[in-house]
Formats: sequence, structure tokens, C-alpha cells
Amino acid sequence: MSNNLTNQQAPASEATGRQRRHPLLRNLSAKIAAIPMVLVTLVGFVGCSVWSIVYSFTSSKSLPRETFVGLKQYDRLFDSSRWQASVENVAIYGVCSLVFSLGVGFLLAVAMDQKIRFENTFRTIFLYPFALSFIVTGLVWQWLLNGDFGIAQVIRDIGFTNFEFNILSDREYSIYAIVIAGLWQGTGFVMALMLAGLRGIDQDIWKAARVDGIPAWRTYLFIVIPMMKPVFITTLVIIASGIVKVFDLVVALTDGGPGVSSELPAKYVYDWMFGRGNLGQALAASTVMLSTVLIILIPWAYLEYSQKKDATHG
Amino acid sequence: MTSVAISDLSLSFGPVEVLKSLNLEVEEGEFVVLLGPSGCGKSTLLNCIAGLLDVTAGQIFIDGKNVTWEEPKDRGIGMVFQSYALYPQMSVEKNLSFGLRVAGLPKNEIIERVSRAAEILQIEPLLKRKPGALSGGQRQRVAIGRALVRDVNVFLFDEPLSNLDAKLRTDLRVELKRLHQRLGNTMIYVTHDQIEALTLADRIAIMKDGLIQQFDSPSNIYNNPHNRFVAGFIGSPGMNFLQGALVSEAGQWFFNAEGLRVPLSDYRFVHPPQEGQAVEFGLRPEHIVVGDASTTQPVTMQVDTELVEPMGADTVLWTNVAGHALTIRTDSESNVKTGDNINIGFNTARVSIFSENGERV
Repeated sequence: MSNNLTNQQAPASEATGRQRRHPLLRNLSAKIAAIPMVLVTLVGFVGCSVWSIVYSFTSSKSLPRETFVGLKQYDRLFDSSRWQASVENVAIYGVCSLVFSLGVGFLLAVAMDQKIRFENTFRTIFLYPFALSFIVTGLVWQWLLNGDFGIAQVIRDIGFTNFEFNILSDREYSIYAIVIAGLWQGTGFVMALMLAGLRGIDQDIWKAARVDGIPAWRTYLFIVIPMMKPVFITTLVIIASGIVKVFDLVVALTDGGPGVSSELPAKYVYDWMFGRGNLGQALAASTVMLSTVLIILIPWAYLEYSQKKDATHG
Repeated sequence: MTSVAISDLSLSFGPVEVLKSLNLEVEEGEFVVLLGPSGCGKSTLLNCIAGLLDVTAGQIFIDGKNVTWEEPKDRGIGMVFQSYALYPQMSVEKNLSFGLRVAGLPKNEIIERVSRAAEILQIEPLLKRKPGALSGGQRQRVAIGRALVRDVNVFLFDEPLSNLDAKLRTDLRVELKRLHQRLGNTMIYVTHDQIEALTLADRIAIMKDGLIQQFDSPSNIYNNPHNRFVAGFIGSPGMNFLQGALVSEAGQWFFNAEGLRVPLSDYRFVHPPQEGQAVEFGLRPEHIVVGDASTTQPVTMQVDTELVEPMGADTVLWTNVAGHALTIRTDSESNVKTGDNINIGFNTARVSIFSENGERV
């Protein structure tokens, strides 16, 4: 039997030795090194995503069960007022943190780039919140925004005795408390990225623009910002992923309240999965989150990729 | 008429004095090259003229107007940078026209200027492309075009050819010279490449340590260096320097070095020489005649060849005369071999003698 096997293999190995090596065997060591990451991606990301999607069509409670109920979990999800509030809130939070952290971060970076004194000190101050965890940020801002003894009390102590500022207990504005805390934490990091981008611009470009008589704001707008496109894309990806996964900040700052006025999707998933023991509902919510991200991501990635292809062909 | 005048210009970065009370006058339509080793302040001087650096003291006049504190755009200058400094996200046409549009020029005027610059620099086929799709030489042409459309009297070049390969550099150098002939503008050009300086300039300003060492025509710079630094900086291979002293005998001056005595009958002294004065005797390798022709020269001697470097068009001989190293440049026809004892001759009218403090004697 063993004889038989070696006889069969011999001509095959000879053939590969004479001809070019099999494509799968080229760069073998690199491929072996990549196997763990490939496995993590396949099992951890793709596998678990598929598992989540499959079980979102079941009536699983605390433990996964293969009782398929079609779109029932999704029906219930979209009927839930808490989910609706979560989606609305993540839209508000997303738009605000994108616009303001990009805008304010860029403006801060521009200010830092004016050869100011104590630049290192300022950079540290602005970047420091990023070193805190969201839980700490949430607690700090819970105290600061407290209507009875936070910033509001300080202003009342100054003399504006009728001053009222209590967005934490206001259904209408509690989500903006999360926006403020999120911006406080994230803007410094955006500034650091933007500053690195600005420093990467050739000083001769600035000189040329000055000789051309182009005012500084137009130089930024029409020359520097277009040159910083890669930095903006990196920043955008980082901010966007932060928006989708924001969770601990809400837990620490408002815990979704008052009522459901500051609930966010990630917290919805967590609460149903671990708090209420309703796996099917939680997975339905996370599947909706995933597909939303993909709906935004796929056309963009396709656009970027096809542009690059065109560029290399042209 | 004076086009650019600089009087007592000083610039310090903190305690470091980069320019020290510097004076320079550039005539209208002149091509002036600022030449010097890195760190000599030549680029700094150009940036001061452009208004990109604020001066510490002194004044700058362009076309008779004091522009010391004017913005760069109001000085009537155009500038070309070593790194091209094109706006990468704009097409060539937009690169050329952006400054004009910001300045609010009428549309047809902009079109006219851009097409004229494109025609002069032969970049018309490139107008729709972006800088990323251009070669280095094309990019530098566009950068020159951006200075051209500004319709100014003074062009400033900050090492514009240094990023190009040797072949392109030679081509663009010739083109720059043609451009200057065609436009007749004043051009101030910074470089560390002496060939560029010698070929392009009407006058060269040699700089060292924030001071102009000599401001003269290329031939004077080459043949009549005012000091030891200029003499050593210009020329490749560099000038031979022999240490020795001046002595006089029967009304005739001699250069005396160990085992060497050179009569200075044809040398024109700038300063009256002193008996026994320690000097350096400078002789350019290409001013030494080798072989039979050397007998016609006023001064002749014999040297030992230590090394022969054929360089194609000519050959460099590394020789030794009485313990002094002497480099000789001769044509490639000469059949000198290593170890040969050869006859050389030169004319002391073409040598340079410098005193101990580096000044020409």
C-alpha cells in the first residue's frame, strides 16, 4: 500500500520540480505567516457575522436555537420605539461628531501650525482627553453637565442667578450631551492627525502661493486640503467606526435616559443580548447595523478602487 | 538702470547671523547667479528678495521702489522653486492661472497670458494634465510658466535644476538661457553648481558665511579670483595651491617654496608685495601645458606623474613636483603614463597669489 502511494507521488513531484512551482506554493513562508490572520478574519469576522445573520432569523432567547421565524425579529425591531430613538440618535451623533470633530480638529490644527509659542503644551492639552476611557469621559461630563452643581451652578455663582442649563435631564437635548462629551474626547486626536497632514505639506507650496498672492484661507481651501485627501480619508474612517460602536460613553453619561431619549444602537444590541436574554432581537439589530455600514462602505470602496484602477491604466 | 538693489541687508535667526550687512546691485535685464556652498545664505538672500523672509535690518529696492516690507505678490517678482511647488490637485492650466484668477484679472487676459507662457515653454499639450502625470523637466517648465504669467520684471530661481538628472539639467540650462535672451527680464538664480553659474550668468555673486566674496563676470571670477575662497570654489578639478613665500632678487619677484622657485615676471600684483611674505600660489590645472608645447611657456619645470585619470574629453594628471602635489588637466591625446617624468610649463600671468589672510596679492 505504501509502495503504491510513493509510486504515485513520485512522477507528480518530479513534474512540479521541472516545471514552475505550483502557484499555491510560491512565497510559501509568507503564506504560512498569514494563515493565523486569515483564520481570525474568516472565523472571527466573516464566520461570526454569518452566524449572527443566521440566528437573527430565529426566535433564540438566552441561548441560540434553530427555530426560524422569518423576519419576525425585524418586524419587532422596527416597531420598537426604543430602536427608532436609537437610530435617530446615532444619526444626530454621527452627523454632529463628523462635522464638528473634522471641522474643529482641522481649525485647531491650522491654529497650531501658525508657529505659535508653547505648541507642545497646547498639543498635549488638546490630545489629553483621548488618553481617557469613555467611561471616565462620561463620568466627568455627567458631573460637569449636572444641572444642580455643574457648570450651571458655576454660572449661577458668578451672578446669573436664574441660569438654567440641564441638558442631561432634558429628553430633547440629552443626546447632545453625548455629542459634547464625544467631541471633547475625539477632537484632539483629529487635530493631531490633521497637524501631521499639514506638516507633510511642502513649505515651498506655501511660498509659491504667497508669491502668487493667494490669501491663506484660499491656499488652505483649494491647495492644502485637496493635498490632504489621504489624511481626511483616514480620519473619516476612524471617526465613522467610532460613531458606529459608541456605547460606553452613553452608559456612563446618561445610560440612555431620560427615558429612551439618548439610546444608541450598540447599547440596544447589548441590552437585549445580555440584559434581556433575547439573542434573536439583539442579532437582528446588529444585522441592521452591519448592513447599514455595508451600504455606505461598498459603493465608496468600489468607487475608490475603480478610480485607482483607471489611474494605473491611464 | 538698477533693477534690484539691496543695501546693508542683515538677517538673523535668533543668535545666528545668516546675512551680514550685505550689498548687491543687479542691473535691469541682467542674469545674476548667487553661488556658494550650502549654508552660505544664498537661498536665504533670495527668499528675502522675494519677501518670504522678514529681514532684520537693511533695505531692498525693486525697480526703484522700496519693497522691504511689501508682500511678495506686490514686489513684481516671480519665483521658481527647487521642488517645483506645483499645486498637485490642479491641472497645469489651473496651476498657471490660479494666482491670476485670485488677483481678479479679466478672463480673456488670463487666457492670453497662459497661452503665451505655454507657447514660450512649449507645454501646450500638457495644459490639461495634472503635475503628477508630468516628468521632472515638464514640471519645472510649468513652474517657470507660473512665474511667467505673472508678467513681472524680476524672476527668482531657487536651485531650479537640482532635482533633475544630469542630461535634463543640461537641456533645461540651455533653455533657461534662451528664455532669458527672449524675455530680457532680470533674473536672480541660486545654485551650488558652478557649471550652471558659469554658463548662465552675466555676473556671479560668490557667497560664503552670509557675505558676498566677489561679484563679477564669470570670466573674472574664474581668471581673477579676489580671494582664496573664490579661487578654490570655482574650477574642477580645483586650483592647485602651493605654500611658500615671496622673495625679491635684483628687482625681480620670485615665489619660493621648498625645492621650487618661480619667477613672477608676468604676474600683476594688486597690492605691493613684501619681502618674505608668506603666500599661497594658485595655479589652475588647465593652465598648465604638458609636453613639447611647454617649452614656449615662460616658466617650465619637470614633474613626476603619480596617477592618470582619463575623463573622456580630457585627462587629469596627479603629479608631484619637489614634494608638492600638482593636478594637471590636459587633453586626452597626451600619452602620459603613471610614473612618467614630464615637462610642464605655465605663464605666471594666469596664476593667482593670495596672502595669508586669503586676499589676492
